[in-house]
Formats: sequence, C-alpha cells, structure tokens
Amino acid sequence: MSIGIVMLVHNSLERAAQVARHWTASGCPVVLHVDKSVTRKDFRALRDRLRPDPLVRFSKRHRCEWGTWGIVAASQAASETMLASFPDVSHVFLASGSCLPLRPVAELVDYLAARPQTDFIESATTSDVPWIVGGLGEERFTLRFPFSWKRQRRLFDKWVDVQRRFKLERRIPPGLVPHMGSQWWCLSRETLSRILKSPERALHDRYFRRVWIPDESYYQTLARLYSRNIESRSLTLSKFDYQGKPHVFYDDHLQLLRRSDCFVARKIWPGAERLYRAFLTDDAGAMKKAEPNPAKIDRIFAKAVDRRTRGRPGLYMQSRMPRNGRENGITAHPYSVFQGFSELFVDFESWLANASGARVHGHLFAPKRVEFAGGESIIDGALTDNAATRDHAPERFLTNLIWNTRGERQCFQFSPRDNQEVNWIMARDPNAQISVVTGAWAVPLFRSKKNFSTLRSEAARLQRVESEQLSILRSNHANAQIRIWSMAEFVESPMEPLQTVLDEIAQKKSRWIGEAPRLVDLGGFGQFLQKLKNEGMHPYLMGDFPVEQEPQEMPPVKQRPYLVR
Amino acid sequence: MRVRRRRRILRSMRKSLELTMFQDNTSAIRPDDILLVSTMRNESVRLPYFLEYYRNLGVGHFLFIDNDSTDGTLELLGGQTDISVWTTSGSYLKSSFGVDWVNRLCRKYAHGHWTLVVDPDELFVYPFCDTRPIPALTDWLDSSSIRSFSAMLIDVYPKGPLDAQPYVAGQDPLEIACWFDSGNYTIRPNPTYGNLWIQGGPRSRMFFAEKPWEAPALNKIPLVKWDRKFTYVSSTHMLLPRGLNHVYDEWGGEKASGALLHTKFLDTFGGKAREEMERGQHYADSAEYRAYARGSKESPDLWCPSSEKYINWRQLEILGLMSKGNWA
Repeated sequence: MSIGIVMLVHNSLERAAQVARHWTASGCPVVLHVDKSVTRKDFRALRDRLRPDPLVRFSKRHRCEWGTWGIVAASQAASETMLASFPDVSHVFLASGSCLPLRPVAELVDYLAARPQTDFIESATTSDVPWIVGGLGEERFTLRFPFSWKRQRRLFDKWVDVQRRFKLERRIPPGLVPHMGSQWWCLSRETLSRILKSPERALHDRYFRRVWIPDESYYQTLARLYSRNIESRSLTLSKFDYQGKPHVFYDDHLQLLRRSDCFVARKIWPGAERLYRAFLTDDAGAMKKAEPNPAKIDRIFAKAVDRRTRGRPGLYMQSRMPRNGRENGITAHPYSVFQGFSELFVDFESWLANASGARVHGHLFAPKRVEFAGGESIIDGALTDNAATRDHAPERFLTNLIWNTRGERQCFQFSPRDNQEVNWIMARDPNAQISVVTGAWAVPLFRSKKNFSTLRSEAARLQRVESEQLSILRSNHANAQIRIWSMAEFVESPMEPLQTVLDEIAQKKSRWIGEAPRLVDLGGFGQFLQKLKNEGMHPYLMGDFPVEQEPQEMPPVKQRPYLVR
Repeated sequence: MRVRRRRRILRSMRKSLELTMFQDNTSAIRPDDILLVSTMRNESVRLPYFLEYYRNLGVGHFLFIDNDSTDGTLELLGGQTDISVWTTSGSYLKSSFGVDWVNRLCRKYAHGHWTLVVDPDELFVYPFCDTRPIPALTDWLDSSSIRSFSAMLIDVYPKGPLDAQPYVAGQDPLEIACWFDSGNYTIRPNPTYGNLWIQGGPRSRMFFAEKPWEAPALNKIPLVKWDRKFTYVSSTHMLLPRGLNHVYDEWGGEKASGALLHTKFLDTFGGKAREEMERGQHYADSAEYRAYARGSKESPDLWCPSSEKYINWRQLEILGLMSKGNWA
C-alpha cells in the first residue's frame, strides 16, 4: 500500500525532478504531467533524468492554460496512468511542480493508511464560498467560456455580458450539484476510479469543458457524487491573495513552514534553495517539527492583504497616495488644535502640557517659523522649523508631524494669523479635536500699542479669515471633533469647556484640573471693540461684550457637577 | 504623449551615435537575466562595492556608460565577463543627463528583461532584500502583472563633516553614511506624467530650506520590465507611457515599493561638487551643486539630532518610507 503522486509541471523542471525523486525515494510512485508549452528539448532532458527511476511515469501531455479544461484533462490522464501502472496505490495526491512536502513522506503514508476510505478534497457549494475572486460564482457553471481570460480578456468580458444580457444559460447536467474548492486534492483509489470510469464521464467532461476554472470544480463536484466519505479540506497548504493568485514561499518562511501542520505546501519559489534543502532531506530528524502554529501563516498573509488594500492610516508615501476621501484615516493619531486659548490665558501652553501630559506646540503654522514645543528647531523625522519649507506643502507637514510622532498626543495652537491651507484637512479628519474661541484674535490687538488704523485693518483681515475658517468647520464635510465658543460665552465660564476638552485628551485617565489657567486682563476690551465699531469695522465673532466691563476674575475651581460617569 | 515618447526614442537613437562600444559581452545575456544600466564618470572608487552589492542581489549583466572617466574606471571594468561598457565624450547635459544614452541601451538590449537603472552611488533596497534576491521580486511582480517598481531616493549621510571619514574602495558606504531623514518628505501628484513628485530629506533641509520647491526630486522608478516602446523621460523619475508611473495606490492601500540609498555624501563629495560646478553639466545648471557650495564653505554636516540611523529595510518599512504591499 502506498500513495501515488500526480504532479502537474509547467516550469522549473529541475525543482520538479528534485521533488519527484524525494517522493520515489520513500516508495511513492510519481506520474508527471508536463505542460505541452514546455519545449521538447527541456521535456526530454527531464525525462532522461528521471527515466532510471522505476516509480516514475510520464502521462500524455496537454496544454494547461489557467482557468481552462486543459488542467483537468492533464490530471485525468495522469491519474489514469497512475491507477493503471501502480495497482497498490491506495490514495492519489494531486500536486504541482512547485509543491514541497513539509513532513516526512512516511508520516503522510501512515496518516492516509489510517483513513483508507477518506477523500481529502475541499468542496463547498458556490453560495458558501467566500473566496471567489472576479465576481463569477454561480455563473461559472451556467455560462459558456470559449475565450481565454488571460489572452482575450476583452472578448471574455464581452461574452459574459452578452450571455447575462440575453439570459443565455446552460443547463447543469442532472444529478450534479456544483461544488468548488482548492484544486489540490487527495482522493482514494476507489473514488478516483469511480469518477474516471463513470458511465456518465463523457457527459460530465463535455459539460465541464466549458465551465470557468474547471480544475476548482470538476473533482470537487463529482466527488460529492461518488465519494463515501469526504473530508472537505485540502492537505496542501496554499494561500491566496486578494487577486486570487497563490502566495509564494521563500527562504525566510522556513520557520513558518516548519510550524505549519500541513503535509505539502504550495507554492515554493524555485530559487528558494534553503527551503528545498531543509525539506527534501532523507533524514527525518532534519525535518523536525516545531510546535504547530498554522494560524501564524494565516495572520501573515491576511496582514499582507490588509496592507495592500487598506494600508496604514495617515501615511502618505511613494506607493500610497490616497485620493481625497479615500484615505482610510487622514492622519495617523489623534491630535488637538486650540484656537484662541493662548490669546486668552497667560502661559496657556505650559499649563496645558502639565494638565494633559501631551506634547504641546505653539503655533505650528505661524508665519515666521514653526513654533515647536520647547522652542526646538528640529523634531521627530527631521522636520524643521523653517516656515518656507512648511508652506511648500502644509498638509504634508501636518500629516508628517502626526505620523512621525504617532503614539504621542500632539496639541498645537492655531489662529487666523497662521497659514490657513490646512483648514480643510483638519476639518475632515476624525482624529482632529478642534476647539475654537472665536474672536480671541482681537485680544493681542487690544493689548498691543500699535497705531489704531493698522490695528483696524488687521482686525478686519483676521475677522474675515476666521469667518472663512468657521464656514469650513461648520460644513457638513467636517468630521473632526469641533467645538466653537464665542469669546464672550467662553470668558463667562471658561473652566467647563476646558475640562471637557481635557477629559477627551486624557481619555480614561480623567485628570482633574488642579490649577486653573489665568485669564489675561481684559479690562477695557469692551471699549476697544466699541472703538473698532466706531471706526466702521464691526467685530462680531467675539459675541456681545459690554462696553463697561468689570475686570475678569477667574472663578474658583469647583467640583465637576456636570460630570456624569 | 505618444509624440513625446516617439521624440524621446528618436533622440536617444541620435544620441547613440556618441556611444562607442568599449567592451561587448552582451552575447552572454541570458533571456531571464536582470540587467543593470548605469551612467558614470570617475567612480572607480565606488565600483568594487557596487558590483559586489548588485551581483549578490542577482543582477545578471551590467551595461555601463562611461562618460569620459580619467580615474581608471575602464581598466577596472575591463575583462569582467558580466559587464559591457560603452564610452562617450558627449555632453552629459545635452544627452538629457544621460537619459538618452540609457534609453538607447535599454531599447537595444533590455527588451523583455527586468532592468534596473541606478547611479553608482545608489544602493537598491526592497522588501525582503536580505533574504530574497531581485529575481524573487521580479518573479512576484510578473505574477502580479506589475511592470514597474518604484524606489524613492533616500539620502544617507555621515555624522560630522563629510571629509572626516575617508571612503576606501570596496568598503560598504553605509558604514560611513548611515544616517537619514525619516519623516520630512513632501509628496504631490504630477498630473502631466501621472507620477508622484517627492521632495525633502537632508538636501532640502540644508540647502533648499528657503526655496523648497527647487529641491531635487526623490521619486524614482528604477526597476522596469523593459519593452522597446518604453522610455525614461527625466532621469529615472518618470517614464513613458504614463501607465508605468502609476506605482502608487489611490484608494488607501499600499503598493509594494523599495528605496534607493543615495550614498553621495562621502568624503568624495567635495571634489565631485567642485568638478561638476566647473563642468556645469548637471540638473538646472548645477544649481544643486552651487547650493551645496553655498551652504558649506568646505565640508557640510548634514547630521541633526533627529537623524535616524539606518539598520535595514524593515526599519524603512516601519517608518513608512517603503512598503511590502501584499508581498509576504
């Protein structure tokens, strides 16, 4: 009793020969099917190399184009040769030339000997298969596919459309329930001969000849008809990526493959010398198994697909440049933007740094230079404080900064004096927490001793800039955490909004503000605004400030009655 | 665009008259060889390591264009059977910075080959390059129906003045120049050719801080499955037809990409800068070299406290400068 290997080979013939000899060395006969597109010279060379081996046969050659009948015809021919030439074969294992046995052959023989009636073939109904790529599921069985997908893609697609349009459907032969699954199977002698010697075979073959990718459905469907005991899984480890092409294994996967519990892996890169050397030794000890951990392989490949389809949020680089709206995360990490706070409070930045534990920058988009935390001239990722460099690409400056410091919360000040080109990206970004006290830009003007007409025109400009910004923040494309208070409203009870914002930054830690920040002296601010009005410039963004105003006192710190947690 | 492409090809044919065959081993090129094409001038000190590096990565044949070297480059390359050499005394500037010559050689010898076009001071790094040779990468690209592979230029530099540590032939330049900028690159799409335009890094930071838009382009597409209809347009920054420039994903995912470690900043830099300024044969009237000369009387120090020390490709991957894409 032994198992027979049917091997479909189309390139890297030396590797195929190497693996074939490995099988026969353990007493397993091998029938090779060599693709007709392999040149006669190469084929002869392979045949001459393997001919001395009594356990090797070659079957009639077919042309195997992906997705077509040729592959099934090839495996049929080779299986027939196998069953006829080696009567003591109890199971037939379908493999390709780039398959590599991961466990000693004897283990596989024992395993199958213990399960003489079992057929290992992945076989599921079309509606239950999640991994169909390309959108053709049920239709693989009901449409006709006379054109090559690889060479005549346009005709292929057109013809599918035409058939859909005119509802040209084929009838599935009675008794067949379409099933699909991995094309690599291991069938018992009994099942395989019943499939191949079936009186209906001519009918089945004629039907499957025009089915799309029949190698994934021919045996899978017929096994359901003829098998007594199907175990619906493949003994071959084979992973597919999101485009439906198999993942390839390389030298660096050696440890990973050692920990897989599969018997055979596919597909191996022909140049993976280390893998072939490690797994094709006669010494069973050299193939010593590590603790099986097949999930790890799944994880690695799932991650690769995720990297390709979703990428890393907040990263903009040479091979990831998402269009507007397709970023899947505009920035890499949450950050906070404060507008008007540093104008209203004395030493707001150092207070905020203490209260929040985050890294607090000054005005990152200030016109003269980038005000990094601590007055640094260069920070993570070698971003410099040069304003010209920043203004060359302000949005990238922001995304770079957040990417470079991911893991650490960044806070920075913003004002209508700063470069406004980042307004849209911040407003759209769910990672941004934007807190604005409108009209606070007037405080530095009020406190400066400049001549009034300069102040007036500056106030007009800043008000215009801020109201444009506000319309962006209030647009329905804005996804950031946005809070806007008018200055009058804010000054009345500044601690409450501050606490809310801080709680959000500190998340669960829920720091309690020990010491309140000190408001700047606003005595006479109302008169200043009135004076602007008198000059014909109406400042409205700060809300209603009485002309006569008591000097502001910071209210004493209270417990947080509003906090419901 | 087709007209532009044809014009490029015609131009390269015309400029090929300037090339003289010096050593012809092209008959040794096998059908699935990876080719490497490079233009050089007085690089004999770098070549030993360069050849070793790329032979180890699985390059099958080197096609070199020597632009009037006087330092024994030709003698060094002579007699090596996997190298073919052409010489020219033509103007680097007038041959579109060597692109015309490269296009010519690619058209004639590289049709159907995966072809790597790099300068002698560029070391190609790609995902898994420590365990998988370039043919593993190109096989995978073939099976994914990808025709071009991008590798952004990353300037590496030493800590301290450039001339502090002399480079000797055969040495790994990364032993000296092992620092780089990890996160100050700006990227914008170029609608004309469909490529991305990347700027930044230490050169932009040091020499172009006030005029960042003049900083050198860092986007490169050095590895292409060549077809005789293809042509490079400006250095290896972009190609025609335009589809080849589409090496980036626009729907949030990441395509696989690599990096070219640019080891220009060694002690040899000062001499090169002086020479190139006199020749005036480089991009934008050697503005780049002039900026270097301005930025530094003698020997600049590009290092800063935020510089990152180069370890391996995985580090570049984690930093987001290159990506594995779905290659695992």
